[in-house]
Amino acid sequence: MMHKAKKNSYNAIPIGTRIRGKWHHHQYVVHKRLGMGAIGAVYLCSMNGRKVALKVSEKNTSITIEVNVLKALQKVQGNQLGPSLYDVDDWVAKDGRTYSFYVMEYIKGEPLDRFIRRNGTNWIGPFLLQLLNDLEGLHLAGWVFGDLKIDNLLIYPKPPRVRLIDVGGTTQQGRAIKEYTEFYDRGYWQLGSRKAEPSYDLFAVVMIFIHLFYPNRFEKQGESLPLLRRKLSAIRALEPYQTCFDKALRGVYKTSAEMKEDVIYIVARQHQTRSSMHKTLPFWKRTTPVEYISTSLITGSAYGIAYLLTL
Amino acid sequence: MEKGTLRQILLITDGCSNRGGDPVPVAALAYEQGITVNVIGIMEQHESEETSGLQEVENIAASGGGISQLVYPASLSQTVQMVTKQAMTQTIQGFVNKELEAILGKEESLESVDPEKRGEIMEVVEDMGETCKLEVLLLIDTSASMYHKLATVKEALIDLSISLNARVGENEFSMYQFPGKRSDIESIMKWSPNLDGMYDTFPKLASGGITPTGPALQEAIYQFGKQNLVRSMKRSDAQSEEEFL
Repeated sequence: MMHKAKKNSYNAIPIGTRIRGKWHHHQYVVHKRLGMGAIGAVYLCSMNGRKVALKVSEKNTSITIEVNVLKALQKVQGNQLGPSLYDVDDWVAKDGRTYSFYVMEYIKGEPLDRFIRRNGTNWIGPFLLQLLNDLEGLHLAGWVFGDLKIDNLLIYPKPPRVRLIDVGGTTQQGRAIKEYTEFYDRGYWQLGSRKAEPSYDLFAVVMIFIHLFYPNRFEKQGESLPLLRRKLSAIRALEPYQTCFDKALRGVYKTSAEMKEDVIYIVARQHQTRSSMHKTLPFWKRTTPVEYISTSLITGSAYGIAYLLTL
Repeated sequence: MEKGTLRQILLITDGCSNRGGDPVPVAALAYEQGITVNVIGIMEQHESEETSGLQEVENIAASGGGISQLVYPASLSQTVQMVTKQAMTQTIQGFVNKELEAILGKEESLESVDPEKRGEIMEVVEDMGETCKLEVLLLIDTSASMYHKLATVKEALIDLSISLNARVGENEFSMYQFPGKRSDIESIMKWSPNLDGMYDTFPKLASGGITPTGPALQEAIYQFGKQNLVRSMKRSDAQSEEEFL
């Protein structure tokens, strides 16, 4: 990485430090560092006994841009598209320098890769659908997530639900993607532009699931499409999704809804082949899978599908 | 300066200038004429930022109002874009800060307005960065030590073209190498909206051991000026473009 971890006070704030906002005067006590990215560091803090996540950076413009995105997403009705934003302020640290920070909802979750390792690949279907649902909401609101990758996903427990975090790359549709990671970027693979459009995110969705099975990633080498196809076809757990993922890589899907439709069909068919092994089924399992799935989608939870997959 | 257009020189080099005078004052000249000078210094694998002897890189960018970054070849692609985009934002923010000073008084900048207003201002800065016209003159060091790095540089520039062409605003690129075969600087590609034109003309061979960074920068400024002259003559009777500031 080119961003070297310089000894800045913002990425090594000692536990117990009180961060007091210059404008709004709220006070946050630092508990631990949750992570570090290209722009700033995120800390678990408490404010009047409530746990919050605080992102702080010396790049005040980058912080401001992220806050603008979070505010815009907050205005979108319906499903929650990003972490809730609580406060935006500046902090004058002991060294006399001013850092910008914002405070958001603390999302305690598990990384996708670890979750799948612990709980099995049956969760791929539900997470894929959840992700496509969230992206659909984001896209309909005129945005593209941009820097979609395993690092920017968390699995919320009980019931397991994938959540998008870090809106650093979130870009208005039609503009140039703000921030991306090469492995997930269709521009890097020369399979499309860096214009913010829904198909940009859908490409990255496929790369997320490829990355799950190639933890060390791999580099560009000759023609990209045959290479990615080869890698994809070697993953048994993704076999049912081959055709669908291939379409997403080629940019065939123009909306998340189109891809979702195919995924629902695949998941349903999988269920049929599985359930045909059962000789007798209780009545509640006799509903056609597609019906069952669409009901569960309407209720906003893919938990039902997960249950079906584990049958 | 014609408003609504950002002009940048992106200098990619792996060593210090050793012919034709100090490039640092030349960069200051460029900046005074509204051209930002960004510099990327490519290090060898065994070098570090301290040992590379590439301090000149930082000085050129500082005088040129731009950004400098030392980098290993592997992260060149990402760096080239980051530097170009950050420099754009920095330039636009510079304009905005001047405006703020005019309204709010001396010493006032983006940092001294509250986060809510800052958010609104940054939205404008982002809009400008996305929609403004951008002219980038790429100045590539092709002295002997660059030989192994030229393929990587070419790839990074193609990548830059992909990124910038995703913007709403127009782009113009041109490319020069230094030293040239016969002179200090030689054209690789004329002004064009993308970098496709360099596929055939991008140098595969390095030429000689000299690094005439100063004269090359001087020539780059001249080329910018010449291009503007040609353009202003072409549209002498056309309506002037909408100004964004």
